[in-house]
Amino acid sequence: MTPGVALLLEQLLNGVQLGVTLFLLAAGLTLVFGIMGVINLAHGSLYMVGAYAAAVTATATGSPWLALLAGLAAAAATGMVVEFVVLRRLYARDHLDQVLATFGLILFFNEGTVLVFGRQPLFVNVPEGLRGAVRVLPGVDYPVYRLLIIAVGLLVALGLYLLIQRTRIGMLVRAGATHREMVRALGVDIRLLYTLVFGLGALLAGLAGLMAGPILSVQVGMGEQILILTFVVVVIGGIGSVRGALFGAVLVGVVDTLLRAYVPGLLRQVMAGSEADALGAGLASMGVYLLMALVLLAKPRGLFPAHA
Amino acid sequence: MRDERAWAVLLLVLAAFVPVVAPMLDSPATVTLATRIAIYAIAASSLNLLLGGGGLVSFGHAAYYGLGGYVVGILYAHYVSGEAFLGIVPGTNDLLVTLPLAILVGGVGALVIGALSLRTSGVQFIMITLAFAQMLFFLFVSLKAYGGDDGLAIRRVAPVFGMNLRDPATLYWICLGLLATWLFLMDRVSRSRFGRVLAGIRQGERRMAAIGVRTYPYKLAAFVIAGMGAAMAGALMVNQARFVSPDMMHWTKSGELMVMVILGGLGTLVGPALGAAALVTLEYTLSGLTEHWQFILGPILVLVVLFARGGLMGAVRQIAGMRRAPEALPAGELPPGRVQPEDRAAPDMPLRPGAAPHG
Repeated sequence: MTPGVALLLEQLLNGVQLGVTLFLLAAGLTLVFGIMGVINLAHGSLYMVGAYAAAVTATATGSPWLALLAGLAAAAATGMVVEFVVLRRLYARDHLDQVLATFGLILFFNEGTVLVFGRQPLFVNVPEGLRGAVRVLPGVDYPVYRLLIIAVGLLVALGLYLLIQRTRIGMLVRAGATHREMVRALGVDIRLLYTLVFGLGALLAGLAGLMAGPILSVQVGMGEQILILTFVVVVIGGIGSVRGALFGAVLVGVVDTLLRAYVPGLLRQVMAGSEADALGAGLASMGVYLLMALVLLAKPRGLFPAHA
Repeated sequence: MRDERAWAVLLLVLAAFVPVVAPMLDSPATVTLATRIAIYAIAASSLNLLLGGGGLVSFGHAAYYGLGGYVVGILYAHYVSGEAFLGIVPGTNDLLVTLPLAILVGGVGALVIGALSLRTSGVQFIMITLAFAQMLFFLFVSLKAYGGDDGLAIRRVAPVFGMNLRDPATLYWICLGLLATWLFLMDRVSRSRFGRVLAGIRQGERRMAAIGVRTYPYKLAAFVIAGMGAAMAGALMVNQARFVSPDMMHWTKSGELMVMVILGGLGTLVGPALGAAALVTLEYTLSGLTEHWQFILGPILVLVVLFARGGLMGAVRQIAGMRRAPEALPAGELPPGRVQPEDRAAPDMPLRPGAAPHG
């Protein structure tokens, strides 16, 4: 296999891996949007909480299983508390109030994290046994850990599909996303459903955060970087649709990764090296937003609108 | 005083004395702080035309603010290097040229982004405005020719009508004068037919459409006017700080501008200016107390949203017993953004869509 094809394959896998991480965040966000009608900017903070809790536990105990447990528990617990204390009061408010209150929450969580852990990023090692690479195709080696992330993400997607399509809770979730007034009128305990959905979303955000820990550095602000990409995913996929979230996430992940990998190289053929790298990185960052604008112009409600 | 316009005039007249009083109190930094407040007041007031006027939740207002700033910065860079921008536009450091040009560029930017974004509504509108602002942010980060991440410094600005802009008091009075002009314009707009149509769109776009108003051009016009105001503020801020960087376009800046509007009072004339004053002062005071001031500011914001509806102007109204201007409804009087398009057909039904589940 030629090096060019091997590189392309590797970048495609990187794109899918980013996409899967985005999906874990987007699934929670889109359900919360779809069912409760709440824009939660602080969803990225839950991702950060999961990453920090896992990183600190891994450093203290050395056990990846405890780290996994700690990350999930911290994110879910933080999510439930946030829902109970703040978001619950915002369901009946307009989007503007929701954006502002959760913007305040971001400031609180980010600066709180700085207070506790400082501004220095934490570095987490890949758990033993998951280091190294495997040969996925002749001539293409790929890190085991990243493959595991892809596998976990796809498993979660399958699990969510079964949960939403095959269980009673899933039926309520679908009904809530389509017509929440009717679900309430039929006597469903909507408060419990809201808390459950929010807790599930927080759990998935924490999972994304703790898995991303060994790949990226764990630092303050990591949540917002990925949050805005997640919004792009949710809007492209269609608000309230988990299927749309999966499709949008992989699309955004692959497009973003490929642009970052190839645009600077292409520009370098027409301009100086360092300027090409900077402009290429900028143009690559703009790519997904352009994609989102194009999708919205063609389909203002996203590719898989849940409310259609 | 029962009229908000009287408040506006009184506050502006009082504010004009800041450079006179500040040296007496031995705090010259106050003038700089007041200048920043006046500039942010223009930006917040322009955003208020969208948020409070038309119920359009734009989460990318910093884009136009930053565009205005970069017009000043880029023209200055070309003035220094002597090369014309794109080979056509000669560089300059004259505010009389850069300010109108910044307003123009901000307006054109808002026209393009608005024309595309306004095809959507609700959550999608919030997200697409955010996305376009992020696009511009990344564009300017990547423009190494104009400083990239580090931004551009502006050292020497030409005098305006013989006035030296490096004198803090002079710059302050110019900014205050422009703020007064802008507020006058906003007051005229909100009382015009155009303003009434915008208010109608906020309260129920379907109803406006049903009585035969094409809402899209009105929304787009508001978007462009707001973009021009923000660009003017951005250009002034670059003159004040003598520096422009992509941070001016960062999404947290859009968030801050929204906070100012809400803090002061959504849909009011004086509110956004009060909100700008409150937020700038709060940041200044808190950052003097602790490095971790955002840890305190965040919860304050949450509390303001949850409990202080109507913002500072709401509180002032309650104290002064002020008559409410018919088009200036405080936040929460109507849930416009909350109403889904399909629900708008029956806006008078007693059960609000998605009303509080508890109780």
